[in-house]
Amino acid sequence: MLSELGFNDVEQLFKVIPERLRFKGSLGLPARPMSEFEVRRRVEATLSKNKSRLEMRSFVGAGCWQHWIPAACDEINARSEFLTAYAGDAYSDLGRYQAIFEFQSMIGELVDMDAVMFPLYDWPTASGDAIRMAVTVTGRKEVLYPKSLSPERLAIMKSLSGSITSFRPVEYDRVTGQIDIKNLKHNISDRTAAVYLENPNYLGPIESEAEEVGKVAHDRGALFVVGTEPISLGVITPPGEYGADIVTGEGQPLGIHPFYGGALVGFIAFRDEERFAIATGHRLVTITETECEGQWGFTQILPERTMYAARDKSVTFTGTATALWAITAAVYLSLLGPEGFRELATTIIQKARYAMTKLAEIPNIKTPIFQSPHFEEFTINFDATKKTTGKVNKFLLERGIQGGKSLENEFPELGNTALCCVTEVHTKSDIDDLVQGIEEAVST
Amino acid sequence: MTTATEYHAVSWNEPIIYELSRKGRRASITLGVESEIQTEVGTELQIPVQMRRKKAPNLPELSEPQVIRHYLRLSQQTFGVDSGIHIHGTCTMKYNPKINEAIARSPKAADIHPLQSEETVQGTLEIMFQLKRWLCQISGMDDFSLQPRGGAHAVLTNALMVRAYHNSNGEGDQRNEVITTIHSHPCNGGSAAVAGFKVITLYPDQDTGCPDIEALKAAASKNTAALMVTDPYDTGVFDAKIDEYIKMIHEVGGLVAVDQANANSLLGKLRIGDVGADLCHFNLHKTFSAPHGSTGPGSAPVGVKAHLARFLPVPTVEFDGSKYYLDYNRPESIGKVGQFFGVVPNILKAYTWIMSMGEEGLRETSEIAVLNNNYLIKKLSEVKGVTLPWAENQPLRLQEARFSLGKLKEETGIGVNDLNHRIIDFGIQDSETSHEPWFIPEPLTPEPPESTSMEDIDTFVRTIDAVCKEAYSNPEIVRSAPHRASIAKMDLTPSSDPSKWAMTWRAYVSKHHHSEMV
Repeated sequence: MLSELGFNDVEQLFKVIPERLRFKGSLGLPARPMSEFEVRRRVEATLSKNKSRLEMRSFVGAGCWQHWIPAACDEINARSEFLTAYAGDAYSDLGRYQAIFEFQSMIGELVDMDAVMFPLYDWPTASGDAIRMAVTVTGRKEVLYPKSLSPERLAIMKSLSGSITSFRPVEYDRVTGQIDIKNLKHNISDRTAAVYLENPNYLGPIESEAEEVGKVAHDRGALFVVGTEPISLGVITPPGEYGADIVTGEGQPLGIHPFYGGALVGFIAFRDEERFAIATGHRLVTITETECEGQWGFTQILPERTMYAARDKSVTFTGTATALWAITAAVYLSLLGPEGFRELATTIIQKARYAMTKLAEIPNIKTPIFQSPHFEEFTINFDATKKTTGKVNKFLLERGIQGGKSLENEFPELGNTALCCVTEVHTKSDIDDLVQGIEEAVST
Repeated sequence: MTTATEYHAVSWNEPIIYELSRKGRRASITLGVESEIQTEVGTELQIPVQMRRKKAPNLPELSEPQVIRHYLRLSQQTFGVDSGIHIHGTCTMKYNPKINEAIARSPKAADIHPLQSEETVQGTLEIMFQLKRWLCQISGMDDFSLQPRGGAHAVLTNALMVRAYHNSNGEGDQRNEVITTIHSHPCNGGSAAVAGFKVITLYPDQDTGCPDIEALKAAASKNTAALMVTDPYDTGVFDAKIDEYIKMIHEVGGLVAVDQANANSLLGKLRIGDVGADLCHFNLHKTFSAPHGSTGPGSAPVGVKAHLARFLPVPTVEFDGSKYYLDYNRPESIGKVGQFFGVVPNILKAYTWIMSMGEEGLRETSEIAVLNNNYLIKKLSEVKGVTLPWAENQPLRLQEARFSLGKLKEETGIGVNDLNHRIIDFGIQDSETSHEPWFIPEPLTPEPPESTSMEDIDTFVRTIDAVCKEAYSNPEIVRSAPHRASIAKMDLTPSSDPSKWAMTWRAYVSKHHHSEMV
């Protein structure tokens, strides 16, 4: 090939880079290529320092959830074609478009909305982009959110939309943990672009008055943006039914391994109206028909909206996001079906309640803190035991149990409180072991 | 057309999954609740009636074999790097060794939770820390964050750090402009705008494909926050004045972020940190062999020089001599750009790939990628109707090249979109054209990374040549292509008609009044 080009040294091809810019030293990396056997031995030796779900029982969620993953999900997302495809149109990549359209369709059913975007990075970046959409649709520049919102998610939403909007906190009710509607009414104004509410909220309570929150937003001409954990929608009313204009959420629970928080997939559903569609720069995929009767095709909606065409005039940037996980989620949802999905959510809510009931029997422990219905996440307060969450978790870890997330930094007003999560993967004996472990931890 | 005519894409005419649904059919069953638990807490949901879902979600109802058959067929109708010739430019569609997958999918990698105690995730933290160090060594930067989830997300992260830097100097309000170039990836302007900057875009001159230094001089001012450019450009042209740009921007007090998403020609050859850039990013799903996943997950670590390290997103991964840990104690950090710590599966794959290649292998990667590309240029330039802009000035390109089919279009009416639809009839994935606007008429941007064989390049060129010849002799066959794809020509009107478009099956059913459908 070199001689075909009239060269004898590959270095001659690099002469477009002037000498003064060339790197001549050593990078200091492992010098030589390594055999597959040797690489695998080394990397697996390093990874063996991890403790996976096979070696410990974990009761932590808080943005990434442990669920049972059907083998069929892994089978499909390992398909070489899905794994290594990228950006062809539906003529060459019909299958990935169809799988993603089906993901969109099923998310639409879970949240009860007609329009769903191409999958996004994660829930909080999706929420940040939903805020950009709300600001663009309303022309207003302030967003209200309850203080129960995860500070991490809020920070990410600000990174995505802080340049065009300000965020104004609303109190949550200290008894129920739910948004304080009186305080919301006090803070809402004609400057409000959107009220952002997560349901269930980060601290666990199901927001029972969500419909009223939506009415308060709409009465002042603001949009109602709802964030969701999708499995809860097996038992909780879908946001589309209680007035949401935009719905965001995290798809990782839908058949995707936790990967140390590295395999997230955000989604945005929205009112199927042109004013919303033009208020985003993300890919929107529509189904269409072909010249051959009964054949489906897929194409992009108004591609001129995206950064690829509009550049700095686009409402938001877009890019390589999370299609492989969306395809996986589509497999998961079609395996469960309506009844399986409802059963799953019912299983979780009952197991979580069992855990809360048993934990509450331990002297000096308060769980959950809030008098509200909960789904899978709930708080445990250790104040009366004089033990910190750190101490309790250390004790549990020695027994092969990962306790809840400490909220001491994020919510100092809640004292020594952990955020715990129970799902369908926890057996009664797992939960009993957690209860026993905590009982011992606080009594020693 | 003698060798390739036998190809035909898989064409299952696979229904939408809702069309396969049959009431009451089930695949997996959920784990269920032990009876002791139900005895203890009852079976009531205890959700207030207005918050209780009335009707189960309308998901499809299928058996597991049906689900597997359906998605397997969809995968067969998808053209990946593993499927065939797939040299879509700007994207570095290299082969991703299977060992990367095997490692990333093991339970020790996949089944760990981000909030597990640090002592139980030392293996993954060690790999993240080591990858960060290696990326520093490869780029000449001083520190890295692995948090951003794609190239455009990385540029946003860099733009937020640029803002934080100027804010810390009390110049945040004054420095509200970002300068980019039209042949930089559009996220350089797009993400900078999302971060709140006004964007100035420079265009190349007639002769070199690079902007005139005077144009940059005119744009740079006390309002300049940063220059954010890609080098080499998406055209494959390396802008050799990059060090002069950096000097000029530094002189007016701005920062420079160079997009190294596609660094496949630079490994061991040029370190953008040594050249003087303040910030950069790499796409692990391009240069470092993480797969593209049908459009994600991506992963795009950002690198900075020491004077900007304090602004990196939290947490960073650190090592105290005995253990690895997440450092949140960084008061000047821009905060967070994505949940948790980054796209860990891709981080593992990139780490595995770098270890497999070693320094020698990385250099060779760039050498072969550049050799492949210039070989392709030589061959493709001989095809009637195809030209390479700015070749008179410099015919060499780095890892990719942007050709023009302007002449073909002029002479035959066949443009690059027609050609792209036709080459897939021969089992070749369509090629990158160009992001908008098309500065080069009818742009065609292939990129043959190091894993592309000479035979594949020859087949690619032969196919383009055959299609161009068809354009002169029988343009209709090109214009009406594809003929051997999974589907026939699509009706594109839903693309811009809100009454027709449907992003979900339920929207399709309701808009198109298919009352007989589910």
